[in-house]
Amino acid sequence: MHKILIKAFAAFSLLFTVQISFAAIDVHEFKNETNRQRYQSFIDEMRCPKCQNQNLSGSDSPIAMDLRNELYLMIEAGKSDQEIVSFMVERYGEFILYRPRLSPATLLLWATPVLLLVFGALLLLLIVRKRRRIAEEADAGLSQQERARLDALLNDKSVHSSDKNKQEKNK
Amino acid sequence: MNKQRLFLFIPLVIFAILAVLFWRGLSLNPNDMPSALLNKPVPVFELPILPAPENPDGLVTANPELFKGKVSLVNVWATWCVTCRQEHEFLNKLRSQGVTIYGINYKDNDEDAQRWLAELHNPYVFSIVDADGRLGLNLGVFGAPETYLVDKAGVIRYKHIGDVNEKNWNETIKPIYESLK
Repeated sequence: MHKILIKAFAAFSLLFTVQISFAAIDVHEFKNETNRQRYQSFIDEMRCPKCQNQNLSGSDSPIAMDLRNELYLMIEAGKSDQEIVSFMVERYGEFILYRPRLSPATLLLWATPVLLLVFGALLLLLIVRKRRRIAEEADAGLSQQERARLDALLNDKSVHSSDKNKQEKNK
Repeated sequence: MNKQRLFLFIPLVIFAILAVLFWRGLSLNPNDMPSALLNKPVPVFELPILPAPENPDGLVTANPELFKGKVSLVNVWATWCVTCRQEHEFLNKLRSQGVTIYGINYKDNDEDAQRWLAELHNPYVFSIVDADGRLGLNLGVFGAPETYLVDKAGVIRYKHIGDVNEKNWNETIKPIYESLK
């Protein structure tokens, strides 16, 4: 029984091991490791214009192949990241970037998470403050009557304890 | 108490906002990609012209200068492209109506392309041979067929993705074509 469970768990966990599938396997020789990594990050973060919702690394369409090759050539030619991005955007538009650039059109997109965070924090602060005020009112707001009753009860307690003492002596 | 009640409407307000966003977002055509080259001149190139009997005399290479002077359609086609075959007949029709059409033979084989034009009729003034797809890349082509509407100054005014047919010609492309004349 124990063994079966372990096997089942192992099989199940296999489901999570492959996160990105690389449909395309190109043979490129890079000058150095940095270039290889830049190439990889570019093809992962750029979108295939033909097949929506696939990145360049995941697509087998001819245009994705061409663009991968173009990226390879540009990287090996020593072009900067910015030059490469603007080369692509000039031809295929902002559409091709999975990580959109900061511009007036994308400002809301970039700012929304921050705005939501600030809004949430403010909301939290307000709620906490309100609760604290209620709690403080409950604490401090003993009326004259309540105080008198509290005193009475406290006095009563001392009587009780002395009673107890007496009882013990009687034993 | 009244103020507290108002908070109950928050989910409704959120729903309303989302409904508006989805209404707009889901009615957009995800394939609708405006050309990044819109209102920009055709990128510079110097490429051979596909030999065909209908070509203007003595013209063997093409450059963007040739597009100037007339409003024209620049049609990206290839023999491996199934939709192009479907589109071809309509291009022939447009040519017979006097529309100037240039072809870009995109990542194709010259012999196949010549056979195709001989068999299906040649609607193009000439076809540019873009064997390695460099011109296509510079134009932002990502598949065939694609058609660019180029004005008299050689500036791209409209990009159509997919085949040009009776419907989209009359509804979309022709009005722009006429306005540029």
